[in-house]
Amino acid sequence: MATLSVRAGRKQVAGLHPKLEFSAARKAQNRRRNLWIWLFLMPTVVLYGLYTIYPIIASYWYSLVEWNGFEADQRFVGISNYQAVFADPMFWSSVKITLVFMLLVAPARIILSFLLAIVLNSPKLPFATLFRTVYFLPVVTTTAIVGVVMQFIFDPSSGPINSALRAFGISDGISFLGESSTALYTVAGVYVWKFFGITMIYWLAALQTISPDVNEAAKIDGANSVQIFRHITVPLLMPFLIIISLLTIEDTFRAFDLMQTMTGGGPFFSTEIIEIYIYRWAFAASIPQLGFASAAAVLFGLFVFVVGLIQLWGVYAARRLRADNQ
Amino acid sequence: MTAVARTDAPFAPPTLARRALRRLPWWIAFAFLVVTALLWVYPFIWMVSASLKDSLEIFSAGLQLIPETLAWENYGRAWEDANFGRYMINTVIVTVWTVAIVVIRCALCGYVLGRYTFRGSRIIMGILVATLFVPTGYTIIPIVKISLQLGLLNSLTGMILALSGAANVSAILIYAGYFRQLPKELEEAAVVDGASFFRVFFTIMLPLAMPVTATVALLTFLGTWNSFFLPLVFSFSRPELRTLSVGMQAFVGENAVDWAGMAAAGVISIVPVVALFIFLQRFFVEGIAGAVKS
Repeated sequence: MATLSVRAGRKQVAGLHPKLEFSAARKAQNRRRNLWIWLFLMPTVVLYGLYTIYPIIASYWYSLVEWNGFEADQRFVGISNYQAVFADPMFWSSVKITLVFMLLVAPARIILSFLLAIVLNSPKLPFATLFRTVYFLPVVTTTAIVGVVMQFIFDPSSGPINSALRAFGISDGISFLGESSTALYTVAGVYVWKFFGITMIYWLAALQTISPDVNEAAKIDGANSVQIFRHITVPLLMPFLIIISLLTIEDTFRAFDLMQTMTGGGPFFSTEIIEIYIYRWAFAASIPQLGFASAAAVLFGLFVFVVGLIQLWGVYAARRLRADNQ
Repeated sequence: MTAVARTDAPFAPPTLARRALRRLPWWIAFAFLVVTALLWVYPFIWMVSASLKDSLEIFSAGLQLIPETLAWENYGRAWEDANFGRYMINTVIVTVWTVAIVVIRCALCGYVLGRYTFRGSRIIMGILVATLFVPTGYTIIPIVKISLQLGLLNSLTGMILALSGAANVSAILIYAGYFRQLPKELEEAAVVDGASFFRVFFTIMLPLAMPVTATVALLTFLGTWNSFFLPLVFSFSRPELRTLSVGMQAFVGENAVDWAGMAAAGVISIVPVVALFIFLQRFFVEGIAGAVKS
């Protein structure tokens, strides 16, 4: 506002028709401003448009064609790729594995990291920073590298875990990653170990929003620590629980790196999540089925999008809950 | 009655035994923390230990973590013969360029979205938020196709562009949120002095956003250094373009019995990010915590 009145004042002194001159000048100024704005947006429009928006749209077209290799011609086949995907039991198996994996790791990440964050948040705890660093350490390391190293750690003959089991006489060698019955649980365990630190940081951030005065006041009123926890901490954390759960759940759909390097989807497809299913048909098959893989990718994208929508709705509800609390 | 009991309690000197008993849950929790922490770092200690054992000792030593003799030649083997020196250079090139591009483009975009309303601003914001969680598995096929058409597949340039064009929406949102809450007077004074849009941004706004830039740069660094899917697909037909993460998988595929070399390669790949994390921990933690607070 200040700028505008200064400018208007100056024009009036110059003796021209104030209103006309003012609006013409402002129009020019606005045009220049808009030019700058779009110039600033350019890098994002080009890069994001090319590598995210265009692929999202192009996937729909690719899902409607028969296309056996990136250099090959595309032939329109309508919805037959979708029919083939729906008829493939391996697709449904990968959907099931993706969901089971989510149900295994998301609650573990959310609940365990919450308990740990409560303890770490206590001002009386010695070495709290050191503990936090240690629990967060796996998060920063390269997932693909960790996946490869874990193959060796879980090795049935010479890996340290089986060596320990043998040393304590518990068993003589479990092929954790070689058996369909244990592979998914093993990867889930490693996944929790690897990404647990992120959720812990979320919880610590949430706990820090509770002012110590509230707890002090409750203590003066005679509440014991269990009561404080139940009637103050938990209700104040409810909105965060929604946001943290949804962030964590969305994160579990990005398990490709770990799964590909630890098991590659095996043994016998028992750890084949949807992303590996898509990868297998598009890049690992002797004759790539890119149209078919695109149809699976579109369905996967829709699935993640729907979960994301629920997430945004949840965040919105959580914000309202938080506003009510304050 | 209860009121009296309550005020008296803190003044009654608790006996040593009672105090110890009351602290018992604490000690249990503490012991649990220590055990978990050891479990948490064990894989890394094992990796470092394995990287220094000779090839036979790895299989015979069992749980022994300290090597009998330090076999530094494992590192030489990983660096030279397994090409991890090359992979390291590739990773550094890709990461540095991607961080630079992402920081610049997200700062520019976040600035105009956070500070101005213009025709289309709401639509752009909406598209960005709607595509916040697009997984790589969904976009990978068209990315490869368009890179092939542009002649960028099988090149580090293509890898850099694809990495800096995919995702990163959260970085834009962090910048937009930061620029939005800066007071209006800042640029008004500069505009009266005749500074252009461009100069206002580069001399006033961007320097103010240093903490955001630090966070965005770090998280992008981490994400790029650790990325696997895109570099994997971009280096299929040219092994010399592999990054560390892709090279690791290839190395194990070719030398399944060289555990010591594998461990040395793993240490080489992970040390830079771990060092960065330990020195700049505060920014990492703040960057990640920001997702919950906003």
